[in-house]
Amino acid sequence: MDLSIVGQYVFNGLMLGVIYALVAVGFTLFFGVLDVIKFSHGDVLTVGAFTALVTYLTLAHAGIQSPWLLVPAVALVAMLSMGLLGALIARFLVLPLREAPPINVLLTTLMAGTALREAVRLFYPSGSNPKPFPRLLPTGSIALGGLTMRYDSLILIATGLLAIVVVHMLVTRSKLGLAIRAVAQDSETARIMGIHFQQTVLLTFAMGSSMAALAGVSVGLYYNEINFGMGVLLGVIGFSAAVVGGLGNLYGAIVGGFLFAALQTLGAVWFEVPAYKDVFAFAVVILLMAWKPTGLLAERQAERV
Amino acid sequence: MRAPIWPAALATLAMAAAGGLFLYVEQQWAVACLVAGAALALALVGRTGLPAGIQAAWSDHPRVLAALATLCSAGLIAFFREDHFALLMLAKVMLFAVACLGLTIQFGYAGVVNFSGAAFFGVGAYTAAALAARSGLPHPVVIFTGGVLAALVGSVLVLPLLRTRGHYAALITVAFAILFKTFLEVSDMLGGPQGLKVPGFTVLGWSFNSNIEISEASELSFYVSYALLASALFVVAYVLVRRLERSWLGLSLDVVRIDETSAAVFGFEVARWKILAFMAGNFLAGVAGAIYAMMTGFVAPASFTLSESLIFVSIIILGGLGNLAGILPATAVVVLLPEKLQLIQEYRFLLFSVVVILVLLFRPGGLLPRTLRSYRPGWGRR
Repeated sequence: MDLSIVGQYVFNGLMLGVIYALVAVGFTLFFGVLDVIKFSHGDVLTVGAFTALVTYLTLAHAGIQSPWLLVPAVALVAMLSMGLLGALIARFLVLPLREAPPINVLLTTLMAGTALREAVRLFYPSGSNPKPFPRLLPTGSIALGGLTMRYDSLILIATGLLAIVVVHMLVTRSKLGLAIRAVAQDSETARIMGIHFQQTVLLTFAMGSSMAALAGVSVGLYYNEINFGMGVLLGVIGFSAAVVGGLGNLYGAIVGGFLFAALQTLGAVWFEVPAYKDVFAFAVVILLMAWKPTGLLAERQAERV
Repeated sequence: MRAPIWPAALATLAMAAAGGLFLYVEQQWAVACLVAGAALALALVGRTGLPAGIQAAWSDHPRVLAALATLCSAGLIAFFREDHFALLMLAKVMLFAVACLGLTIQFGYAGVVNFSGAAFFGVGAYTAAALAARSGLPHPVVIFTGGVLAALVGSVLVLPLLRTRGHYAALITVAFAILFKTFLEVSDMLGGPQGLKVPGFTVLGWSFNSNIEISEASELSFYVSYALLASALFVVAYVLVRRLERSWLGLSLDVVRIDETSAAVFGFEVARWKILAFMAGNFLAGVAGAIYAMMTGFVAPASFTLSESLIFVSIIILGGLGNLAGILPATAVVVLLPEKLQLIQEYRFLLFSVVVILVLLFRPGGLLPRTLRSYRPGWGRR
C-alpha cells in the first residue's frame, strides 16, 4: 500500500480518535467522581449539536455572518447549556440514586437518554430527518506529498486536543481538580475536609457534558449533517473507549478513544465491506476486556472485603 | 393457619379482566380511561392491606392460584379466538416474558449482567429462519436448536464476562449487542437489513399458519395456536425457573450474586454458577425468539437492537428484579401499552422512558419487589 494512503487513513483516524476521546473523557470523569455510568452521555452530545445548530440559526438570522464570531459563539453556547443539562441530570437522576444498586443508575440515565433523543425527534421541527449543519470552517486543504489534510479537520483535531489538555490541567492542577480527585478517592473524608460534595459532583458532570457538546459540534462541523440518533453509537463508542482504557483514568480515556478509532480504521482497510469495521472494533474490544478485565491503564488494586 | 386465598384469586381475575378489556376496547378515549382507571385502582389497592394478603395467599396456595392464572389466560385466548391482533399481542407478551424469565436467571439470581438479551432472542429467531427454510428438520427440533445455539453463541462471552465485573462486564454485553446487530445488517447470507422470511410452525403436518376451521360459519384465528404454544412455553419455563429458584441451585446462585468473595471462600465455584445462569438464560431467550420468528413470519436486524435489549432489562427491573410473579404484568404493560395507545404512538418512547425513570426514582425495587423464599406455607410470617 502507498505510504500516502496509509497517512490518509492515520489522519482520518486521528480525527475520529479526538472525537471519541472527548466523549470518553466525560465517562471517565463521571465514573471517577461517583462510580457511576451515565449512559445519557451520547444523547447529551446530540442535544449539544442541535443546540449549536439553533444558536447558529438564531445568530445568522440576526445578521452575523463572520465565522470568526460564529464558531466560538456556537460552540460556547452548546458547551455551556450542555454543562447545565449534565449538572441537572446529575442532580435529579444520579445523586438521588446513590443508595440504589448501580444498575438502577445505569438504567435511569439510559432512559433519560432515550427521553432526550425522543424529545429532539418530536419537538425539533421535522426532527426525525437529518439536518444540514453549516460549513463554518475554512474548506481548503494542504497537500503534503500525497496526503491531503483538510483545514477543518486540522482545526477540529487541535481544538479537541486542546480541550482534553485543559480538562487534564483542571483536574491535576486546579483547586477544583483537587476537590474532584478527593471526592473520587473518598467522598466521606473529602466532605469532612470541607469539600462541598454536591457542588464538586455537579461541576464534574457539567465539565464532562460540555466535552460531549464539543464533540457534538465537532461532528456537526466535520460531517455537515446531524440527526437525532447520532449520539447513540458515539455514546457507546465513548463508553467502550473509557472502559478499555480503564475507567476513572483520563489517560485511559484518551488512549481508548484513539485505540477505538485505530481499530475502526484497521477494520475498514481489512474488510471489503466497510460496515464490518464496527463488528471488528467491538469484537476486539470484547477480546481486550477478556485480556485486561479492568482496562489497559487500570490501577492495580486489591479487593477489600 | 393458611392465609385466605380470595385476595390473590380476586387479583388474578381482575388482572386478567383488565388485560382482556384493554385488548378488547378500540376507541382511544376508552383505552385512556382504562389506563387511568387501572392506575387509580392500583394506587387505591396499594393503600389498603390487600398487597400483603395477596402475597400471603400466593405463598400459601401456589398451585391453585397458578392453575387459576393458567385458566385465565386460556380463557382470554378463547375469548379472542377470532381476533388476530389481540392474539398476536397475547402471544408476544408470553414470548417476551419467557425471554425475561431467562434474563431473571442471569440478572436476578446469579447477578450476571446481560444487556444483549435481544441479541440472544435474535440468535434463536435467525436460527429458526435459516433452519426452517433451508433444512428438513422438524420444527420442534428447530426451536430447540434455536435455544441451544443462543446458549452456544453466548458461550463466546463467558470468558470475558467471568473475568470482568460491574460496568466492565456491562460493556461486554453492550458491545456484543451492537456487534450482533451490525453483523446481521452486513451479512448477505442472513438477508442484510431486509432480513429473512420464516416459514410458519408446523408439527406432524399441522400448520400453525392456517386458520382453524370449526364449521362453515366460524373459523378460529391461526394465532390461537401460537398463543397456546406461547402460553404453554411460558408455563413450562415459569415452572422450571421457579423450581430452579427454590432448589439448592437457586440458593447457590443467590449466594454468588450477593457476595462473590464469600461464596468462593465457602467453596462455591463462582464461575460454574455464572456459566450455568448465563447459558440457561440465553437458552430461554433463544427458544422464545425462535417461536417469535415463526409467528411473525420474518426476522430483521431492526428487531434485535441494543434498545430492544434495554426494553427487556426494563421489564425485569420494573417487575421487581428477581421476582418471577412480576414478570408477566410488567411485560404486559411494556409491550401492550405502546401498541394500544395509538394516540400517543409518536410519544410512546418518550412517555415510556419517563415512566421507567419515575418508577426507579420512587420505587427502586420495582413494582413487585422480590420477597424471601417460603418453603412451607406461612413460613417466615408470624
